Amino acid sequence: MSAVILPAAARRSGRIDPVRLLRALLPALALALMLGVIFSQQPRAMSYVGLTLLLNLSIPVILATLAQLCVITVNDLDLSVGSFVGLCACIAATLLKDTPLLGVVALAAAIAAYALVGALIQWRDLPSIVVTLGLSFIWTGIAVLILPTPGGRAPEYLTAIMKWKPDFVPLPILYAVALALILHWVMRSSFGTMLRGAGGNPKAMGNAGWSLLRARVTLYLMAGGLGALSGLALVGLTTSGDANMALRYTLMSIAGVILGGGEFTGGRVNPIGAVLGAMTLTLAGSFLTFMHIPPDWQIGAQGAILIIVLALRAVLNRAEERS
Amino acid sequence: MTADDMPSPASASMRDTPRRRRRTVPVWAWPLGAAAVILVMTLIHSGGQGAGDILAAAVTFSALFVIVGLGQMLVITSGPGNVDLSIPAAISLSGAIAMKVMDGANGMIAVGLLAALAAAMSLGVANYLLIRLLRIPPIIATLSSSLIVQSIAIAYGRGLKIKPPPAFADFCTGRILGVSNLALVAAALTALVLLALSRTLYGRTLLALGQNARAARLAGTPVTRTRLTTSIASATLAGLCGVLLAGFSGGSSLNMGEEYLLASIAVTVIGGTSVAGGRAEPLGIWGAALLLFLIVTMLNTFGLSAGVRLIATGLIIVTVIAIGGGSKRV
Repeated sequence: MSAVILPAAARRSGRIDPVRLLRALLPALALALMLGVIFSQQPRAMSYVGLTLLLNLSIPVILATLAQLCVITVNDLDLSVGSFVGLCACIAATLLKDTPLLGVVALAAAIAAYALVGALIQWRDLPSIVVTLGLSFIWTGIAVLILPTPGGRAPEYLTAIMKWKPDFVPLPILYAVALALILHWVMRSSFGTMLRGAGGNPKAMGNAGWSLLRARVTLYLMAGGLGALSGLALVGLTTSGDANMALRYTLMSIAGVILGGGEFTGGRVNPIGAVLGAMTLTLAGSFLTFMHIPPDWQIGAQGAILIIVLALRAVLNRAEERS
Repeated sequence: MTADDMPSPASASMRDTPRRRRRTVPVWAWPLGAAAVILVMTLIHSGGQGAGDILAAAVTFSALFVIVGLGQMLVITSGPGNVDLSIPAAISLSGAIAMKVMDGANGMIAVGLLAALAAAMSLGVANYLLIRLLRIPPIIATLSSSLIVQSIAIAYGRGLKIKPPPAFADFCTGRILGVSNLALVAAALTALVLLALSRTLYGRTLLALGQNARAARLAGTPVTRTRLTTSIASATLAGLCGVLLAGFSGGSSLNMGEEYLLASIAVTVIGGTSVAGGRAEPLGIWGAALLLFLIVTMLNTFGLSAGVRLIATGLIIVTVIAIGGGSKRV
């Protein structure tokens, strides 16, 4: 796996720089360390059932993190991911269950709205933080109108998809690997290179004749689609909906992308790292339980993991500068 | 199109020419004017009843948003993409510390206030150290620190049901000459920030830093100290808001800071402060806070549901920024 995430320059020279390798492996090491401690405390967690239970809730978080990653690719930031996931979960628990056709139309409209927002941001040259801040109110407002009190029911097929037990590989790991590889492949393809270029050097891309509008709309469309999938996955796991059920995903998704090695500027994103980052953050809660630390400290542990990984990255960056 | 009917603060100030400048409305007047229009619409619907009550409530609740908004404004002004995400954590922690230290005793008010503000200040210093040592943008630094502080507030404040000392509660809910004390505190802080921005080395450096960080550093302005001061100011103002909020609402609660994160960004930006940094509008925050509160009041008197109120708030934020235009992206 290391060969895949290594920068192209290192691969070409055929020589692996240990600092770069370590930096690329940081997200994986953090996850491995956390799983290692959990397994040493409770060996039975190291089983098909144990891993499924531990990582089940990471599936919607991974999808939300990848949605955020798409937006961060064009140097934007999405403060509405959490409320959008909540909206899609509410649509799934009500419209999609009772009137499937209307539900599909509503989800498609929500995703199309995301693409429109991307177009608006590009067209008027707007700050994404403020636009998505306003949108977060709108998504939650619509979700409250659809489902005023927590409730509703997930369609049976969604529950079935999330409870499916494949042979050998636990379901969350299967989904995580598939999502990481698909997004990695998309971002590394020639089309994805154009998308990342729109974040890396928009002026050069524009001068070279690429449509920045198309790049931004595509990425927002992808973000909307992944956000909707996150809502569907969440409602499939919890079997009912609530407008506020995913508000925490907004900050968690940003943290996941950063943990995975993404940066806010320059189109530098790492889908595989982001998936690992999302899994690490989701595991923080269970980690504390296994360490017999009260759950009050769950979000604190997420913050600590973030700071430790960022500190290690800073140390590695400095080591690289010196050499 | 004359300057007068230009729909937004930003476009008006961007396009004005020397010939027009004399007639140009100041940027901060736009949200204030919009708030007045909303108030008149509400009063027409209610037949002119309760004008004084609505206005008094609006000013009191806006005061708390203004206090956190001032801090957020300083951070946003310091450069593109700079946002303080640790405001809710600072509010929750300071509120809990103040209530616990005061422990309902009038004699401990000053000690409690100082302890709470000291905690908030340490958060500001910690945020700055993260930014500097880890070389990460303020938004990531404040995100990580807020997660930890939120946990501390939860662990520290669990089961905490301490009422504020009577004298402090009276102060927070009291009025002088019909104006609530909270509004007076907020007004004094606004004046202080206005003065600091226009008259002090700190203020001038902050604006220069937001306009062009590289140029500000090369020009030899005290960039490092300015960033540290900004970080501390934002956390301290949020902490003060937490203490006042706890006194106002009869005690602290764990999630009392939640709504202030998005609100603090919203009032700053609607107030006319540039998201790209380098231009601050302290007076605009008042107009924006009043506007957001009065819109919710208006939709309430119209009998609309919570969902519609949220959608209206969101639409206003998006509309204001879409018309005002970015010209510089975050």
